[in-house]
Formats: sequence, C-alpha cells, structure tokens
Amino acid sequence: MSVSIQSISLSGRKKQVSNKEMTFWERLYLVAIIKGLAITIKHFFRKKATIHYPEQVREFSPVYRGQHMLKRDELGRENCTACGLCALSCPAEAITMKAEERKPGEEMLYREEKYASIYEINMLRCIFCGLCEEACPKDAIYLTISKELVPSLYDREDFIFGKDKLVMPLEMAMRNAQLKNAN
Amino acid sequence: MDSAFILEKSIFIVTIFAITMIMAMYSTWAERKVAAFLQDRVGPNRAGWGGLLQPLADGMKLFAKEEFEPDTKNRFLFFVGPAIAMSTALMTSAVIPWGDKLEIFGRTVYLQATDLDASLLYIFAILSVGVYGIMIGGWASNNKFSLMGAVRAASQMVSYEVAMGLSVIALIMMTGTLSLKEMSIQQAGMDWNVFYQPLGFLIFLICAFAETNRTPFDLAECETELIGGYHTEYSSMKMGFYLFAEYANMFISSTIIAVLYFGGYNYPGMQWMLDHVGVNTANIIGIGVLFIKICFFIFFYMWVRWTIPRFRYDQLMNLGWKILIPLSIANIIITGICILAFK
Repeated sequence: MSVSIQSISLSGRKKQVSNKEMTFWERLYLVAIIKGLAITIKHFFRKKATIHYPEQVREFSPVYRGQHMLKRDELGRENCTACGLCALSCPAEAITMKAEERKPGEEMLYREEKYASIYEINMLRCIFCGLCEEACPKDAIYLTISKELVPSLYDREDFIFGKDKLVMPLEMAMRNAQLKNAN
Repeated sequence: MDSAFILEKSIFIVTIFAITMIMAMYSTWAERKVAAFLQDRVGPNRAGWGGLLQPLADGMKLFAKEEFEPDTKNRFLFFVGPAIAMSTALMTSAVIPWGDKLEIFGRTVYLQATDLDASLLYIFAILSVGVYGIMIGGWASNNKFSLMGAVRAASQMVSYEVAMGLSVIALIMMTGTLSLKEMSIQQAGMDWNVFYQPLGFLIFLICAFAETNRTPFDLAECETELIGGYHTEYSSMKMGFYLFAEYANMFISSTIIAVLYFGGYNYPGMQWMLDHVGVNTANIIGIGVLFIKICFFIFFYMWVRWTIPRFRYDQLMNLGWKILIPLSIANIIITGICILAFK
C-alpha cells in the first residue's frame, strides 16, 4: 500500500466525501430512516452507563481525595499537634484551628503535648487539593482514607466540619492497630 | 331505548374515558423512559417502582403551580384554547371499536360507544377542530412566539390533512365502507389492510406524525426557535391540558392506525378461539391485542422522535404538498386500477 499525504489517516476513520447526485432510493430517505431507527433501537437495549448514586457508589481510585480525616495512631491517640502548617499551606484558607496544652492524664487522648482543641475545615472553601496532607509533619490529616464524599446539606453553617466529623473513629484506629499487630 | 342500554353505554364511555386518561398519563412516563433508554440513560426511577408514580407526581405539581395569565384582551379565548384541545382529543374515541362484543348476563355488549356509519368522517371532522385549540390558545396568548407557533401548527395541520384524507380515500375505495367496525370485521385474522395498502399506510403514518405535532414535525413547539410555541404563555394545569391533549392525540392516532391498517382487535386464530373457547375469552384477548398494537405505535412515535431531527419549515411544506399529495393521488389511481382488474 502506498502511503501519501492524501491517503494517510491517523485516526483510521478518514472518509472520502463526495458531492455526487443522490440516487432515487437515497432521495426517498426511507432507507436512511430505517437505518437510523436500527441504530437508535440498538441503544435501547444497550447496557446503561448510569450509576444509581445513593445505592451504588462509583469505585474510587486509591489516591482519590475525599473528605478529610484526622488520624489517630495505633494507641488511639490523635496525631495532630496543632502546628498550623496545614492552615498555612491551604490555598483556599479553609482550615482554622485552636491549639491547647495537653493536661496530665490526657496522654491516652493526644500523642503530643500540644493538641488542637478546635479544628475546623470549611468544606465549601476546600478545593481538595491535598496540600494540607503534604504539609503535615505528623501524618495527621489525610484526604485519601475516608473514601467519602462530602454530603450535600441545606445550610452553609453545616459545611464547616469540626472535630466531631473529622477525627478518625476510635473503632477504625483499633482495627488498624489489630491489623498491624497481626502482621 | 331501555335503561340497561343507557347504563351499559355510560359505563362503557366512562371506562374509555378513564383508559384514555391513563394511557395519556403513562405516555408521559413512557416518553421519558423511552427517551432515556434510547440515550443510554435510565430515566425517572425514584417515584415508585421504575418511576411508575411519576405521572401522578407531575400532575400534582402542575395543579399546585401558580396560575399565570398574560395581560391579554382575550381572557375567554385564553381559557377556551386548552379546553378545545382536550375535548377534541377525547371525542374521537367515541367511534373506535375496542373489541367485537362481550356477552355479560345474557346481553350482547358491543365494545364501541357508537357505531356511526360515517365514523371515519367523524374522526376527520374532530381532528380538524383540534387545530382550533392550538390556534385560539396561541392567538389569545398575546405573544409573538405563541402566535408564530399557532400559525405554524395551523398551516401544517391543514396541509397534512389533505394528504391524510387522500390516503384514506384509497382505503375507503378498497373496503367500501366508512364504518370502523365494518373495517375491523373485514380484516379478520391476518387479512390486514396494510398488506393491500402499504403506500397508503406510509402516507397515513407520516401525516399522523404531522397531525399530532410530533417530531420530526414538531415545528409548532420547537423549543430552540419558539420557546414553547403555542403554549409559551400557559402555566399550571392549562399547560398540562395542552400537553395532555397531545398525548391523548397520540394514543388516539395510534389507535386509528391500528384499526385502519393493522386489523384492530383481530389476531390470527381468533375464529378458532371464538368457536372453541368462547366469545368472551376470544374478545378479551382481542382487546389486549388491540392495546398491544396501540402501545407499539406509541412506542414508534417516541422511537422516531429520538431518531429523526426536526424538518425545516420549507422542507415540511415541500414534503406535504409536492410529495405526499401527488403520491396519495397516485395511490388512489393504482387502487382504482387494481379494484377494476381483480374484483
């Protein structure tokens, strides 16, 4: 086969068009209409692409950045030490926090001597870029663990997520610890 | 006329009315569902199983909507428009034979509201009046887009009525009757008119699309050019009436196609059923068969809607006047020659 600039087709779908007169049957359009009907009816029986969202959830990629989670370590202590680097790195300025000193007797709650008493993320401001995760020196904040989308809500205030929604549940931390011990 | 007869007919008419309403209601559901399936989607599926309660939800929504009226001098006509559209859509079903007959409590009940001997003419008369609903509504809206939609609808329906009438004349020449019941009886078994009148059927089908304002002939309400066409200014249930009338028309025209060309309630083996199983069973199956045929044509309307794009207006007029009318006249001549040669 000779390859010239006229006959080359990179997509493999090149089609020569022509302006030739239509024959009688083509001018009737009936054949074309029947062909069209055949194409549409094929789509009628085709598998639908829809994912029925609340019941079915699309599979996330392992690096999908969903709702944030403040991690606990294997002993169930919060990692966050309220250094503020996440808030500093946040391009959308969505994170605010208030630091507090750990009291004696709270060693099982917080890993470091300083912890965040208030930690809030405004989910309407957040752009889910993951820079907070990169900035964190204590491996405390992750967007990839929860595998959750931020739910839709009715009030703006409801989108400011506090520690009650962000901190990893204790059961999850315990499960992680068990898995670690088993390995 | 005894009271039992009046009771029988009243029950029958109310049933037909209810069935037409339900069919029109579920056509809206089917339209959305078929459209979705043809586009690889799933369509409404939240209200009830498979979205089956969707028409009820839509109806309730339409009733609850604010009733908006444009500042028009023709308030009366503004109200009359949807009323005419709706009543003409429902009136045609009076002459359609839904089945042959049933024997209930020793009475023979013919499944037809009235057997007019000119029922085909009656249908055409009512269809022509149907244009007025659209025209009056569009004119009284006091809106350029509505008026344009109404003008388009009127000229389109008038043009295609000619071809439609001519295509039916060939059928009348062949069957020798105007009564739909008579025609149904003649098409017993598989002796359907479509096998003798394929060209006539094609012309009738195309004209039926134009008469019901369905794509590819939905120029009267093309959203891209005319917002909503003749019902732009309508809101709430008045708008609902127009849409409802359109779906009722679609149901009725599917019925007419099924009765005229596809044997109505006849199905192969009906005579055997009548002889061996019983009159009632055979005829109830006949009603079911008629509804299957109707549902197929309703589906066909929707199928075509998502296949063929809308015509341009000059193309529409060309097709109507320059192609369909000469074709239907040729069809009449050919039918006449065949009748002379073979009968």
